[in-house]
Amino acid sequence: MYRIVQATDVGPGVRRFSVEAPHVARHYRAGQFVIVRVDPTGERIPLTVAAADTDTGLIALYVQGIGKTTRRLNMLESGDSLHDVAGPLGKPSEIEHYGTAVVVGGGVGTAIAYPVVKALVDAGNRVISIIGGRSRDFVILESELEATGAEVIVCTDDGSYGRPGFVTDTLADTLAGTPVDIVFAAGPVPMMKAVAAVTKPDGVRTIASLNPIMVDGTGMCGGCRVDVGGKTQFACVDGPEFDAHLVDFDLLARRNQAYHDFEQVRNAELEDPSCRVESSP
Amino acid sequence: MSAPLTKKERMKLDRIDMPERDAVERAGSFEEVNLGLTAKMAQLEAMRCLECKRPKCIDGCPVGIQIDEFIRLVAEGSVAEAAEVIQRDNLLPAICGRVCPQENQCEGTCVLAKKERPIAIGHLERYVADYVRTEGLHQVAEMPRPTGKAIAVIGSGPAGLACAGDLIQSGHAVTVFEALHEPGGVLVYGIPEFRLPKEIVQTEIAGLETLGVVFEMNAVVGRTHTLEELLAEFDAVFIGVGAGLPRFLGVPGENLIGVYSANEFLTRVNLMKAYLNDADTPVLDVTGKRIVVFGGGNTAMDAARTALRMGAADVRILYRRTEAEMPARREEVRHAREEGIAFDFLVSPTQLSGEDGLLRRVSLQRMELGEPDETGRRRPQPIEGATTEVEADLAVVAIGNGPNPLLLSTVPDLERTKWGTIAVDEATGRTSIPGVFAGGDIVTGGATVILAMGAGRRAAASVENWLDTGVWELPPSEEESVESA
Ligand SMILES: Cc1cc2nc3c(=O)[nH]c(=O)nc-3n(C[C@H](O)[C@H](O)[C@H](O)COP(=O)(O)OP(=O)(O)OC[C@H]3O[C@@H](n4cnc5c(N)ncnc54)[C@H](O)[C@@H]3O)c2cc1C
Ligand code: FES
Repeated sequence: MYRIVQATDVGPGVRRFSVEAPHVARHYRAGQFVIVRVDPTGERIPLTVAAADTDTGLIALYVQGIGKTTRRLNMLESGDSLHDVAGPLGKPSEIEHYGTAVVVGGGVGTAIAYPVVKALVDAGNRVISIIGGRSRDFVILESELEATGAEVIVCTDDGSYGRPGFVTDTLADTLAGTPVDIVFAAGPVPMMKAVAAVTKPDGVRTIASLNPIMVDGTGMCGGCRVDVGGKTQFACVDGPEFDAHLVDFDLLARRNQAYHDFEQVRNAELEDPSCRVESSP
Repeated sequence: MSAPLTKKERMKLDRIDMPERDAVERAGSFEEVNLGLTAKMAQLEAMRCLECKRPKCIDGCPVGIQIDEFIRLVAEGSVAEAAEVIQRDNLLPAICGRVCPQENQCEGTCVLAKKERPIAIGHLERYVADYVRTEGLHQVAEMPRPTGKAIAVIGSGPAGLACAGDLIQSGHAVTVFEALHEPGGVLVYGIPEFRLPKEIVQTEIAGLETLGVVFEMNAVVGRTHTLEELLAEFDAVFIGVGAGLPRFLGVPGENLIGVYSANEFLTRVNLMKAYLNDADTPVLDVTGKRIVVFGGGNTAMDAARTALRMGAADVRILYRRTEAEMPARREEVRHAREEGIAFDFLVSPTQLSGEDGLLRRVSLQRMELGEPDETGRRRPQPIEGATTEVEADLAVVAIGNGPNPLLLSTVPDLERTKWGTIAVDEATGRTSIPGVFAGGDIVTGGATVILAMGAGRRAAASVENWLDTGVWELPPSEEESVESA
């Protein structure tokens, strides 16, 4: 059991959990994730580790309640426990002294972007962090990002805060004004696809942190496979970060919808347990 | 019992068939197919044994169980004693009695095999193991005096469990590190409930826990702990991480929705319990659908029969050689057929096609058998121009697993074979790093439960030897003595 030390709301349907997982905290590096099970019958879901503290053994997770599992998770409070936390999984981000780096985070993808920003700053890069959300309430981690020393630009789709428009608009403006050596993107698939499209013409190296459906997270099932430059890769062990110009984002988006109907049924049940649908067998 | 039968009388007795759940009933149920012999049946079957002076069956057993002895005890009705005999060589008899390929092992070398009716050794082994389990006769081994040594076992499949079992009984402290949330390896995530009830695996694991084995779940070695850390903390490390990297076909369309590796399909259904109504883990709905399974091993049979039980309308096994080359246990093939699974031989997929990202069709190349390859099986080769197509809503790829690089890639010093498996001295499981032992599928590539278990036990004996002597490089003579230990 992995105790939740602190649970806080950080946005609409988004919560931050600080969880005791000392082994994960000790080995964690930016870009890695954990596989979590809420309870003994729960499903295994990947969650990016946003921060880890070796001294306290705590890791930080940001969870957006979408499916049954994430919504159940978001009902937990400090003092509750997660049944399983396995990790840190995946390859760490490749952090080097690149020069100028832009890190784009959309929605809870900002939680993936945050440790990358921190690590890039620590490695001596000039880091511009562009984060966005649908509206002001959906913007997370702004002050934490500022504390890293990165230049932070916030955008909102509805213009309720920061620059109005998509993160990609701001990214295009940034690229037009400054030479950029590398771009990292984390967020919804359409956003990462759009980022790749913006950086492709000038060939700016771009890395996307992919979020396919996973089961084990150890390379055992192949459920997380993605197409990168025509080659099949297992995101949980070969990634989750890949060259965004080579990723087949449409395939990823489609595969992520594979259990859409099932999720809807489970979500309905969560709202009203009496409407449990009996399915075969 | 009555007076012993003469050899002639024994030869006249019929092999007792295993009672089975009806084929129609079981095709919709995850309940175990084989129901187990009754006491009477077991005794009658054991009485058929000719009590050969030099029993050939033992030669066929990878771990050398004293088969003649345990069968004689069953015939006498001394089942608990029979269990003790088996237990000396096999720590997991209830499991092996169910999943060993007996026709290639003990039953294959039984003298009665020539007459196609070998003693049902597997069924008897299962009977004995089930008897002691259900009667609660499982002996609690005497706690040995602690040696003060500690051993780390990585992976909780049959190799790791067997290694842990032997080492704990010698008084060492044993911690098993398992990547998943439940111990058992393929026994829990791969082999389905209808063939190996999970309760049996759990009983074995609970037994090890009673003896003092500590299981640490969610411990992905290479990530959660490094091998280096384990070597610093423990006196020896055994690696039994299995061959858990699924192979895909390498043909276009493989990433369509509806194409699963057998590992994924079986893990979703077995480990994550997607066959239960209230499971949180989804699996694609196969109700009324057409399923194809690529492969001819136990994994392919398990995937096909699982799909059937999940409600599929039509399940087809597509294999590129012929029935004779199929590596699956014969009983599984028969069961699959009885349940209504179709087999297409000498076909190999060339393309998977779909609509809106969903699998719809499989293009196949017809094959013929050519010259034997290095495994001795005749190699399939395409028949020019002979192609065909089948409609399919779900395809399961069950063409084997390679060694999972997750841990191995973090230990470059650990010597590997050209297949990427860990290079060991076969008799001792010793690797190129002193203090590190390995066994099971990570050494042999995908093999069998009994071979993994045997390797785990040989390594345990070798760990003892190393802890005693501190000598890593063994002279040839000593290696032999460890092997026969
Ligand atoms: C579907 C299926 C059906 C089969 N049917 C039969 C059968 O009928 N008869 C038969 O004899 N054999 C059968 N086999 C083969 C048999 O199951 C294997 O040969 C056997 O389980 C190998 O045992 P093992 O202990 O080497 O590895 P596994 O059983 O694979 O166990 C390895 C364990 O190590 C864990 N692990 C992996 N990496 C790490 C890591 N880095 N850190 C910590 N833990 C890790 C894994 O999660 C797993 O639990 C079947 C296999 C499959 C897949
Ligand atoms: S999640 Fe199973 S292989 Fe990646």
